[in-house]
Amino acid sequence: MDYHQFRHLADSWGLVYLMVVFVAAVAFLFRPGAKAFYDRAARIPLDEE
Amino acid sequence: MKFSHAIIEKNATLLLVLSFIAVSIGGIVEIAPLFYLQNTIEKTQGMRPYTPLELAGRGIYIREGCYTCHSQMIRPFRDEVERYGHYSLAAESMYDHPFQWGSKRTGPDLARVGGKYSDEWHVEHLKAPRSVVPESVMPGYPFLAETPLRTDDIADHLRANLKVGVPYTEAMVENALADLKAQANPDDSGAEALQARYPKAVIRDFDGDPGQVTEMDAVVAYLQMLGTLVDFNAYNDEANRR
Amino acid sequence: MGAAFFYVIMGLVATFAVIVASLTHDPNFAIHAWIVVLAALVAIVAGLNTFDPEGKPKPAKGKYLDGVIQAGVIATMFWGLAGFLVGVVIALQLTFPALNLDTAYTNFGRLRPLHTSAVVFAFGGNALIATSFYVVQRTTGARLALGNTAWFVFWGYQLFIVLAATGYLLGITQSKEYAEPEWYVDLWLTIVWVAYLAVFLGTLFRRKEPHIYVANWFYLSFIVTIAMLHVVNNLSMPVSLLGAKSYSLFSGVQDALTQWWYGHNAVGFFLTAGFLGMMYYFVPKQADRPIYSYRLSIIHFWALIFLYIWAGPHHLHYTALPDWAQTLGMVFSIMLWMPSWGGMINGLMTLSGAWDKLRTDPVLRMMVMAIAFYGMSTFEGPMMSIKSVNSLSHYTDWTIGHVHSGALGWVGMISFGAVYFLAPKLWDRQGLYSARLVNWHFWLATIGIVLYAASMWVSGIMQGLMWRAYDNLGFLQYSFAETVAAMHPFYLIRAAGGGLYLLGALIMAYNIARTIMGHQRREIPMGFAAPAVQGA
Repeated sequence: MDYHQFRHLADSWGLVYLMVVFVAAVAFLFRPGAKAFYDRAARIPLDEE
Repeated sequence: MKFSHAIIEKNATLLLVLSFIAVSIGGIVEIAPLFYLQNTIEKTQGMRPYTPLELAGRGIYIREGCYTCHSQMIRPFRDEVERYGHYSLAAESMYDHPFQWGSKRTGPDLARVGGKYSDEWHVEHLKAPRSVVPESVMPGYPFLAETPLRTDDIADHLRANLKVGVPYTEAMVENALADLKAQANPDDSGAEALQARYPKAVIRDFDGDPGQVTEMDAVVAYLQMLGTLVDFNAYNDEANRR
Repeated sequence: MGAAFFYVIMGLVATFAVIVASLTHDPNFAIHAWIVVLAALVAIVAGLNTFDPEGKPKPAKGKYLDGVIQAGVIATMFWGLAGFLVGVVIALQLTFPALNLDTAYTNFGRLRPLHTSAVVFAFGGNALIATSFYVVQRTTGARLALGNTAWFVFWGYQLFIVLAATGYLLGITQSKEYAEPEWYVDLWLTIVWVAYLAVFLGTLFRRKEPHIYVANWFYLSFIVTIAMLHVVNNLSMPVSLLGAKSYSLFSGVQDALTQWWYGHNAVGFFLTAGFLGMMYYFVPKQADRPIYSYRLSIIHFWALIFLYIWAGPHHLHYTALPDWAQTLGMVFSIMLWMPSWGGMINGLMTLSGAWDKLRTDPVLRMMVMAIAFYGMSTFEGPMMSIKSVNSLSHYTDWTIGHVHSGALGWVGMISFGAVYFLAPKLWDRQGLYSARLVNWHFWLATIGIVLYAASMWVSGIMQGLMWRAYDNLGFLQYSFAETVAAMHPFYLIRAAGGGLYLLGALIMAYNIARTIMGHQRREIPMGFAAPAVQGA
């Protein structure tokens, strides 16, 4: 695979792939029902001592 | 088992491995191709390894931190090409371990300073910069002219460069000390052999002090060769476009 | 580990270093060998005072290992002052070149790496090591792992700093920016760094809290990535095993990109990811509120570490680096704006509903200013990575101004905030000696940064424009020397700004010292007006 083919792949499917990963990650994190879990995690520094 | 980010959040080893993967990708994609793509280094004529005296001078250039204020990388802009000369090629630093492109121009670019000024100017300028350039903010380096150059390990320096890929020959390494002395002394009998090994090597008593080879000799020899090796009459701009 | 083992190791190290010092032909290398001898002897003497002669380990006092963090806080203050002072000195050298004194040991070229390493690795590094040890213990409920290894990390790191700093003055340098120490110092740092990773990771393994708090992710990625960058960028061939000098394994264009892959991610992971770990712990603590969005912090983390590593080539725009690499570096640098601002918003919004605390708490104010500067420099950075902007800004003082708005504003202020938070906690004091002195520090530092950044913007853009200016006959309008002369007034303003910043840090050192001594200044609390003076 030479540079131009690689470049073409990165500009098309590579871009789509990264977008999908990003959107999926964000959707997963903000899924309904996860709020309580992360709210508790956020309190870790405040709950010690 | 259902995927959950909590697995990562609760497993230190997994967190370590995944973040290491995340930070590895960029470097691999950007740096690795530079080692195998043929067109990374342009095809040029005239490049040769540094002579022992130039290499020693380069060592002093590094030691004194010249790179903190001087670049050696002319960008392809009209003003830079008019001010400093032909834009710099990757080929011109292919024997530079490490590179000296620099990142700041408190002083001017030095990529093609070779041959622009006389040896006397360089010596005077290095000793007392404001005696020749009143606006200069450069430190003075008068001690260079008084310090004898350390030469006992010069062959080892060539050998270390050979090990990292600079094409020094065995003859160059063996004759390193003789070549070093020959370059700083126009009357030396080794001049011819030096020039055969290192084409275009300039042979002069650079610091004007025939008594000894000083650090000043080495630095000026280095500065005077900068940017003078590649033959730009034979360089094909279009063929090397990347 | 028994005391006897410790003495044997230190004795061997000292003996080995004496042999090296006597064999080498390199006088600078011999000086470094003697420094190692001295360090080993000091360790033995100090060990005699602390170790139980019967070799029984002392029972651990308290739940956490905090002594090493106390030492780290003091080291942070000490190296901070040293680094800022050298910064002011070299700023004045550029203004009044006679101050170079024209000796080998005092010229700008040798002092500049001393300044950058002192502030980045000595000040910033100590702040990171100390706070990471504090945060990882507090958020896991576990004591630092591997016994006294944390102390080895601390003292080993100080030895690295001393070897690096003395090396610069002696002229020992690889000339790779922010990676100047030579091969043997690099090897030593690698050993210390592996120990650091082991302590940090070991503590995570021992944690009582199932979830690993996000601050630790940032610290962990900082430690791992710096290890990777350090090892690859410092690969080199020593001229002799008995000499300081080495030659980089890579050359020219490959060496340049490796160096700026390292250099930019020293910014990205040392000065950003590590200090973000600090932000995600100390800002919620000081504000007494959880982070605005924990989920945003997770996105911030993954996006930041993935994107940052690509940004290095923007240091090499329009150079002999192939265009495709430059473009890639530019694109990722611009994308980096997003996670950076996500993180900034996350930090700032933590105060949402509690902004009034800024009126009474100057430490929190300092942290918020740090986040504001983080936002500012992470906006400026992507902008400067755009090739057409970079064609003007590169090689000029604009870059220096940009770096300092990030370093003085973000790294400095968040570290000051963390130290102000830690000092009363670690020495078990009621509070700081004086909140009003913190306020003085805040304003001196802020005004100092503004003077610094503004003067460098002006001088940088001015110089960039002067270099490319043509007169109406088509000739370059200015000689290089004329552009140097034009920058003089701005160099003076910059030095003044740096001086104010140093003065603020001196006030801080005084404040922290009095806090450690257990003193408390009688003063009107912040946010209250002074009582009206009674008329006669």
